[in-house]
Amino acid sequence: MHLKGENLSFGYKKDHFILKDVDISLYSGEVLGLIGDSGSGKSTLCKILSGYENNYSGTVSLDGNKIPSGIYNPVQLIFQHPEKAVNPKWKMEAILNEGHVVSQDILDSFGIKKNWLNRWPNELSGGELQRFALARALGLETKFLIADEITTMVDAITQAQIWESILNMVEELNIGVLVVSHDKNLINKLCHDVLYLSDINTVNY
Amino acid sequence: MINNAEMNIEKKKEGEALLKIKDLSLSFSQYVSGLRQTELKVISNLSMEAYSGEILAVVGSSGSGKSLLAHAILGILPSNAKLFGKMEYNGLELTQERKEELRGKEIALIPQSVTYLDPLMRISDQAIGSVEKKDEGSMKKLQRKIFRKYDLEPDVDRMFPHELSGGMARRVLVSTALMNSSKLIIADEPTPGLDEKNLNGTMSHFRDMANKGCAVILITHDIEAALKISDKIAIFYAGTILEEANIEDFKNDGENLRHPYTRALWNALPQNKFQAIKGHQPMQDEIIDGCFFYERCSRRNELCSKGTPQLKKINEGLVRCNNAS
Repeated sequence: MHLKGENLSFGYKKDHFILKDVDISLYSGEVLGLIGDSGSGKSTLCKILSGYENNYSGTVSLDGNKIPSGIYNPVQLIFQHPEKAVNPKWKMEAILNEGHVVSQDILDSFGIKKNWLNRWPNELSGGELQRFALARALGLETKFLIADEITTMVDAITQAQIWESILNMVEELNIGVLVVSHDKNLINKLCHDVLYLSDINTVNY
Repeated sequence: MINNAEMNIEKKKEGEALLKIKDLSLSFSQYVSGLRQTELKVISNLSMEAYSGEILAVVGSSGSGKSLLAHAILGILPSNAKLFGKMEYNGLELTQERKEELRGKEIALIPQSVTYLDPLMRISDQAIGSVEKKDEGSMKKLQRKIFRKYDLEPDVDRMFPHELSGGMARRVLVSTALMNSSKLIIADEPTPGLDEKNLNGTMSHFRDMANKGCAVILITHDIEAALKISDKIAIFYAGTILEEANIEDFKNDGENLRHPYTRALWNALPQNKFQAIKGHQPMQDEIIDGCFFYERCSRRNELCSKGTPQLKKINEGLVRCNNAS
């Protein structure tokens, strides 16, 4: 499959663009890196691609078709701060299975222990919560994963564990991944290709 | 502003740590169900020393209690916290009263989260804080100067926190700590969300502060950034410091490192082997008798499961491991 963003522009104020005419393209099975200065619109671009932002101009398409809203979005976004992406008043089991029942295989590959399911979100560390966020996002219909600085807050060992799991899953399920990170070493290790988003939004490959 | 360098020549005693922490333990009492309470131990037997003119990086994964260490030094823990152990600042015991007196002046915190900013206050006002009318002009100038140093343009002064990007908010937080001439700066995760240019910039400012005579405690999970500027690195794991190593020890396959966990951490970096070891850090409510790293250690023996290993001095560094030599 082919996820494509064309002429994407976005701004909070009139004539003040955060993104201007950005083109991006991602295929199934591809791992693409995205690097940019802080404030250059990386997170905004991620939100647009995964359907969280509506007030943009340009088109986002999947195999040439518009991504329908109101049903399961095949493009899933993982946030930098998993603690903000879970309901603090729900236990982990409810959080995990909110959208669909996550299979045991996926839980195993992310190393999610059974007794974690009975905990509240504040009783787990960021790295552990991030595994839940990933497991929950990798449903059967997920075709693309947008990873917005997802291992910025965890230690190096957890980072290596999480990416090892993701890369295995991605290969198995033939999912395309956009890796947003400031860590050039990480991007070089993970990605086939890298995209630079600069302040004026010229995209270089 | 009082001149930083002058103050430090006056106060700095050679060879004496500015901040000494010995066998610090921290626990929280929690209600489990109904009126039943339990103790949750988050920091145990932690010892460290911070010297003027040096950067000590405390490196550990998020959620392992590093921030609580900072909060303990500043005396801003919640009321259900119990603190044991000894803390000394400038040769005198650091009591709660003394913490309250020193914080914001001699001891400054650069908080971890951008949510520490007041959402309803303009950025420049927060950076300046409350000052007397007559000082307002000079503080404003100082604030502008520091902001300029961090690439924060004049229009940022009038913005509200929600208008800033993650990296900009981070730079604002760093700037606020520079407003006062502090002697001990505790930076709690100052780097995530910064791009390389700003990361290097922020880091070099910490180096400057240390060179001027400040003691800097850099709490971070980013071992790579810590290696660039720190003098010593303390490895924080499951609520204690397993090893205090010098920067030069981090090279090649990590054969100079003293603790197996430090070595695993080094080898897990993407620029090194990107190799993950199995297992997780023990949870705070798990009661562990032996070494905290026992479950994941490749060199464990029977002794390791019984009792916390003693802190040993090896090769100019400290380590809590029975097998280190």
